[in-house]
Amino acid sequence: MTDAPPARELVFRARGVRKVYRAGAVEIEALRGIDLDVFSGEFVVLLGASGSGKSTLLNILGGLDTPSSGELRWRDHDLVRADARELTRFRREHVGFVFQFYNLIGSLTARENVALVTDLAANPMAPEEALGRVGLGGRLDHFPAQLSGGEQQRVAIARAVAKRPDVLLCDEPTGALDYPTGKVVLEVIARVNAELGTTAIVITHNAAIAGMADRVLRLSDGRLVADEANAHKLAPGELSW
Amino acid sequence: MRALDRKLLRDLAALRAQAATIALVVAAGLGGFVGSLSTVSSLEDNRDAYYASARLADVFATVRRAPEHVAQGLATLPDVAEVQSAVMFDVQVDRAGVAQPLTGRVVGIDPARAQRGLNRLTLRSGRWPAPGTTEALVSEAFAQARALRPGDEVHALLDGHRQRLAIVGVALSPEYVFAAAAGGRNDETTFGVFWIDRERLAAAFDMTGAFNAVALRLRAGASVPAAIGEIDRRLRPYGSRGAYGRDEQPSHKAVAQELREQRVFGIVLPSVVLGVAMFVLHVVLDRQVATQREQIAALVALGYENRVVVAHYLKLALAIAAAGIVLGLGVGHELGRQLTRLYADYFRFPDFRFALDAGTVVGGVAAFGAAALAGAWSATRRLLSLSPAQAMRPPSPPAYRPLLLERAGLARHVGPRVRMILRNLERRAVRAALTTVGIASAVAILIGGTWWGDAIDTMIDRQFAAAQPGEVFVGFTGPLGERVVHELAALPGVLRAEARRSVPVRLHAGHRRERTVLSGVSDDARLWRLVDAQSRPTRAPPTGLLMTDRLASRLGVVAGDTVRVEFLDGRQREVDALVVDLTHEPIGLGAWMDEGALRALAGDGAVVDAGALAIDRTREAELFAALKRAPRVAAVFVKSALIEYFRATSARNILIFTTVLTAFASAIAVGVVYNSARIALAERAWELATLRVLGFEHREVAALLLGELALEMALALPLGFVAGAWLARAMTGMMASENFTMPTVILPGTFAYAGLTMLAAGAACAWLVQRRLAALDLVAVLKTRE
Repeated sequence: MTDAPPARELVFRARGVRKVYRAGAVEIEALRGIDLDVFSGEFVVLLGASGSGKSTLLNILGGLDTPSSGELRWRDHDLVRADARELTRFRREHVGFVFQFYNLIGSLTARENVALVTDLAANPMAPEEALGRVGLGGRLDHFPAQLSGGEQQRVAIARAVAKRPDVLLCDEPTGALDYPTGKVVLEVIARVNAELGTTAIVITHNAAIAGMADRVLRLSDGRLVADEANAHKLAPGELSW
Repeated sequence: MRALDRKLLRDLAALRAQAATIALVVAAGLGGFVGSLSTVSSLEDNRDAYYASARLADVFATVRRAPEHVAQGLATLPDVAEVQSAVMFDVQVDRAGVAQPLTGRVVGIDPARAQRGLNRLTLRSGRWPAPGTTEALVSEAFAQARALRPGDEVHALLDGHRQRLAIVGVALSPEYVFAAAAGGRNDETTFGVFWIDRERLAAAFDMTGAFNAVALRLRAGASVPAAIGEIDRRLRPYGSRGAYGRDEQPSHKAVAQELREQRVFGIVLPSVVLGVAMFVLHVVLDRQVATQREQIAALVALGYENRVVVAHYLKLALAIAAAGIVLGLGVGHELGRQLTRLYADYFRFPDFRFALDAGTVVGGVAAFGAAALAGAWSATRRLLSLSPAQAMRPPSPPAYRPLLLERAGLARHVGPRVRMILRNLERRAVRAALTTVGIASAVAILIGGTWWGDAIDTMIDRQFAAAQPGEVFVGFTGPLGERVVHELAALPGVLRAEARRSVPVRLHAGHRRERTVLSGVSDDARLWRLVDAQSRPTRAPPTGLLMTDRLASRLGVVAGDTVRVEFLDGRQREVDALVVDLTHEPIGLGAWMDEGALRALAGDGAVVDAGALAIDRTREAELFAALKRAPRVAAVFVKSALIEYFRATSARNILIFTTVLTAFASAIAVGVVYNSARIALAERAWELATLRVLGFEHREVAALLLGELALEMALALPLGFVAGAWLARAMTGMMASENFTMPTVILPGTFAYAGLTMLAAGAACAWLVQRRLAALDLVAVLKTRE
């Protein structure tokens, strides 16, 4: 665990990002003007209550969704004006996702779930190596139903990192897990961030997890209400909640 | 293998039960379509090939007696390419061991010409008759029905003299492809054709150097009506009954009618099955893909392009459809072979080949491929149109609202569980409607394919019980004095005898003309009656004539019009007659007149040519024996035997059709119901598991899931009954022939059979699905929302 590299490169640049959903006649404003810079290799934790807009922001950063207005760039890519094909390319080349409910393909083994991504990537690591990194080298041929929740989430992380993404986006990765299992998963994410230099943005509503971040962002009611650098970054093992 | 392809294989394995039921639907639709249409095309090919190789004539005529040089004269007509005269008589035939008098058509042949000329015979077994003998060839259908083989013998009444015919061979003729060719009153068990030496036959009937039948081949491009006009002019002095083309040749006409019916059944029903199967395939695949919502979202989130995801699901759909298509082609081939074999018992072609029709196969396969792709395409596109972030989340909780029922204030009459079922149905109204339509279609197909058994029963009843109450009918060798009725009455076992006069005529109305028989009816006739549309006896008017509605429509006349009557009994006379009314006999193209009026028109006094008998059934054998010795009786028709034959053959056909259609309709019902229930189970597993956790028993939860199905079934049955009746009516219209009108009658038993079959299919599906429900891993289901 070291400080972020000295020459930090700006990767995400958001200005005035708004997102409005329409549900019938009702308009829901999920994001109300977000300004945000994220630098390469950063470990960012996004905190906020349910409905604060954190998942919406993460999905927009990952190219799963587009803002209703505002500016958003990934390096020299304009993510606001990108069409579906360009967003797919962006996700495929640069982003790894980890979801709260893992979203593994039930009919594929751990190794095959990872292969799903390595089939697409230009310079992937072998599925076995990715699974080895998350400590699942011995469960390559297990189907999701044969794995515990923590193991499934680690497969999802392996699937996300196998293509060596530039950014790892994790939406409540420990939300469905118990305390010790959640810690194991966080350690894996921290290790990927440190060893591969992957920018990591992790959503949680668990404030204790913020201790392991370089930077902590707080969202409330669609607005960014705090952006604090962490003076004393902790190892996941040191966290408690 | 790429991970995505591996997912395809695993998904297929996981979906195997559903895929199998979908494949069965496809197999039923495609198999029925391909098999039936190929049967029709194979039969037509067989017929055309046979007609060509056996050189079936183009025009036929019968005369009372004409010198041979008249036939040679016909050959000089500009349109005529070839002429072949013949001598033929319908006579009584006696086969040892058969009580019932049989009818034989004895045809005189020159064995050399029979192998080279027109209407060539095909020798199936034995040898050709030797010249100058009474050796005979017998038609194959009759030989099989009466177990006649070369070496056997029958006795024929040739001009009143009992003559032994030694069977030396069995033959086929293109003129007798369809066995029941003698006025529709005989069947293959009571009517046979015998070919014997022409000189010998001519000598027996004083026809040496003369002929009474002629067949002609026309030059290519010749006009058939024009040729018939010329031939009629030449033959009229010899008692011509009017020349006619192939379209009126009795065997050809019967074959054409059968093919028309087969085409209606073979195209209409399978097209409905095809349409329903395509619909089911589309709906089921659409829903199946829709259950993969979150997987599709995950693939998109991982960076898979839309076209790759779409292609993935199209492959899934095609794989399922392909299994059905392969199975369907097998089913179609087997069905076609069986149907063709069934027809081989009716149609006597030398060669009965069945081949799948390439165009039908390509069309059917393309239709199912397209339906499968469309189903997967629509669902995948719909899911891809959601943003991946949206699709990743489970669908937002459905917006339930109080039911129509509840808004109407009736809620207190139903419990919460029934309310859950009803709300679910109302919220997914479109889906429930599609399922209901699917089941209703299966019911309709079942009714549409089996109702005609009821119709045939009704038709037989109406024709034979109402219009022909007599039990035995006899045809005389020619017109006889009226006194013959007393002779008939004196035969053993006869309770009542009646006789009547029928005259072959050609009716003209404007440029239209029809050959038929004008029969005289007397007011005191009991055994032959005219009946109205309600099968009630009616009377002939004192002047003018009555005709069946079918004949009137062919002539384009209505009651009140006048037709010209051309007598074809050898006397060249034409008179005008008023069409007083139309009758509604279900069978035939008859015309009737008051006995006295007909006699006055015909001008040959009180003669009769047919009789009807009411008999004492216990003395039937005695009567038959006496009839066999009656020299002036040419043909005997026993009503009960014909009805029995008719019912036995139609019962066999109905059994076959019912079996096949029950299988098809059940496949469709199972495809709809099973998939519908499985998809509902997949979508609601979480909710149902929650109920189990809350303490609901397995059967209570099953009732919630299957209650919807029961309601859909309850809606579908009456809908299917109505649709089935409608389908039957549409088919009646399409099959309507000049010979008979099929009444659209569907008896309660047919509705009950269709309904119970569907309930059985539904119950089987329900049982399978509740077993799945029992196997639900509650903890696993609750842990993940998938």
